Amino acid sequence: MSAKQDKDEKDSESETLDRKELSKRRFLTAATAAVGTAGIGVVAVPFVKSLEPDAAASAASVVTVDISGIPPGGHITTSWQQKPLIIVRRTPEMLATLNQVTAMLKDPDNKVPQQPSYAQNIYRSRKPEWLVMMQVCTHLCCSPAYDPEKGSVTPTWLGGFFCACHGSRYDLSGRVMHGSPAPTNMVVPDYTFIDGEKSVQITGLEKKSKLC
Amino acid sequence: MSDKRGFWVWINERLPVSGFLKASMTEYYAPKNFNFWYFFGSLALLVLVMQIFSGIFLLVHYYSSADQAFDSVQGIMFDVKWGWLVRYIHTTGATMFFLVIYLHISRAYLYGSYRKPRELLWIFGWIIYILLMAEAYLGYVMPFGNMSYWGGEVITAIIGAIPGIGDWLVSIVRGGPAFGGATLTRFMAWHVAFIPLLLIVIVVLHLVALHTVGSNNPDGIEISKKLNADGRPLDGIPFHPYYTVKDIYGVGVFLTLFAIVVLYAPTLHGLIIESDNYIPANYLQTPPDVTPAWYLSPYYAILRSIPEKGLGIAMLGLSIILPFFLPWLDRCPAKSVRYRPVYFVMLILLAISLLVLGWIGLQPANPALLPYARVALAVYFGFFILLPIISKFEPVRPVPERVRS
Repeated sequence: MSAKQDKDEKDSESETLDRKELSKRRFLTAATAAVGTAGIGVVAVPFVKSLEPDAAASAASVVTVDISGIPPGGHITTSWQQKPLIIVRRTPEMLATLNQVTAMLKDPDNKVPQQPSYAQNIYRSRKPEWLVMMQVCTHLCCSPAYDPEKGSVTPTWLGGFFCACHGSRYDLSGRVMHGSPAPTNMVVPDYTFIDGEKSVQITGLEKKSKLC
Repeated sequence: MSDKRGFWVWINERLPVSGFLKASMTEYYAPKNFNFWYFFGSLALLVLVMQIFSGIFLLVHYYSSADQAFDSVQGIMFDVKWGWLVRYIHTTGATMFFLVIYLHISRAYLYGSYRKPRELLWIFGWIIYILLMAEAYLGYVMPFGNMSYWGGEVITAIIGAIPGIGDWLVSIVRGGPAFGGATLTRFMAWHVAFIPLLLIVIVVLHLVALHTVGSNNPDGIEISKKLNADGRPLDGIPFHPYYTVKDIYGVGVFLTLFAIVVLYAPTLHGLIIESDNYIPANYLQTPPDVTPAWYLSPYYAILRSIPEKGLGIAMLGLSIILPFFLPWLDRCPAKSVRYRPVYFVMLILLAISLLVLGWIGLQPANPALLPYARVALAVYFGFFILLPIISKFEPVRPVPERVRS
């Protein structure tokens, strides 16, 4: 009997000790977990940052393109920052189509800033004849094919750009048509004519424009 | 003889080999009524091992730089002794992996294998499927052909549509302003190390969960409810030797088909390797018809069927995430399609919708196909939306107490 009583006493004594110990240990566990989590969070930063483009990859570039050899109706495809860029010398007939497609366009007046302010016109260019544009579909970055022939994409096609990836359609100014998955018109970069219109110098993209 | 036994004892005192074999093979009871649909879990495991094995051999000769990747793959095909065989095993393995996984998933839909108590088993399985899609996509980019390049460009662009952090995430994934050499090296790190390691971990969890709850069966009833005097399921048989022998037979048939594809139709007329990918990556020229590998084409058709960027991507994401909720969407007291005539019709419609979407996804972008894609998409989503309602009221045939053999 006495042995049992003795044991009970010891139990209650160790119980109060345990409770004290327990709350202390809980605190230590929580503190260790908090410090550990913070540590992982801090160490994660350099690892994630290491995945960002390095300095060489993100260097901006200026590209000069010789356009003296392009005949009316002709075009060249070149690149800016490893992305396709098209320069088209449009004929008066091609420019005439730009007014015929207005009803089919999502943003005929170029309200979304996908071009420098001097290109916010139906030609989307400094001079109506010349289209200087990133040939990158605003849907998911494919490069739409340049299809100037009438009827080449659909029977009523007046010429423009057709993206084979997801079927987005654009007019001859790169304005997106209704029924395309692409949300906005293709991007016109910042450019200037130099050497009296013999060359075009591409200097970058407008801050607010979004390639894709 | 006694030496051998002594060695076995020595091992088991230090590593529980025989205990593990007992618990997971010789005394692990599986339902006795498995049928054709139960070959594909073990086959999936086999293909995983084959992919890792053949992948290691490809890695010996592959260079992950933008300048050398394409040529090094051509080198594997033409200069490395037997390199063509190793590569074709790896490319065919990717397609076979999805074929096997799709049949394996179909089995779960048919017999309600996702239902309680197998919810976690199902979720691990669906995570494996998503990881597999990522792994296949990353691997598709490795040869750096023109389809690799533009496929890579498009999929990374999808990430950019995530509101807020999208642009930053794309720069992390691409490692530069455009898809290029920096992308290739990080894709290799993920394809070769990160995703496979994750896959192995989740596969182990999938198997541990399976052995905790036990296999479902074509009747969708729990064999653990009818035990004999020894506490063993009356309708269960030991996995080894019964199902190991069955699975080895399946492996034999599977490897025969596998060899026929590798040796006689390694590109499978563009289904496994597309002709446009024999052209080196050209960042100025999108191929005329950009279509994905067949196993991803239903999702691609979903993306294309909606003429609005954000919504299209949201629907794509939703279509992949919805099956996670399947265990809680299905509220029918019976699990197996054998006792659920209405559910049977729903499954047929679901299968047709996926086949239609898959076929449309492989066709060139064509506005005339859009209405069909949208109807199929509505059927696909309709399955998940209507399941909670229909499964509550659908007629159920009497479910037997014991499995039918």
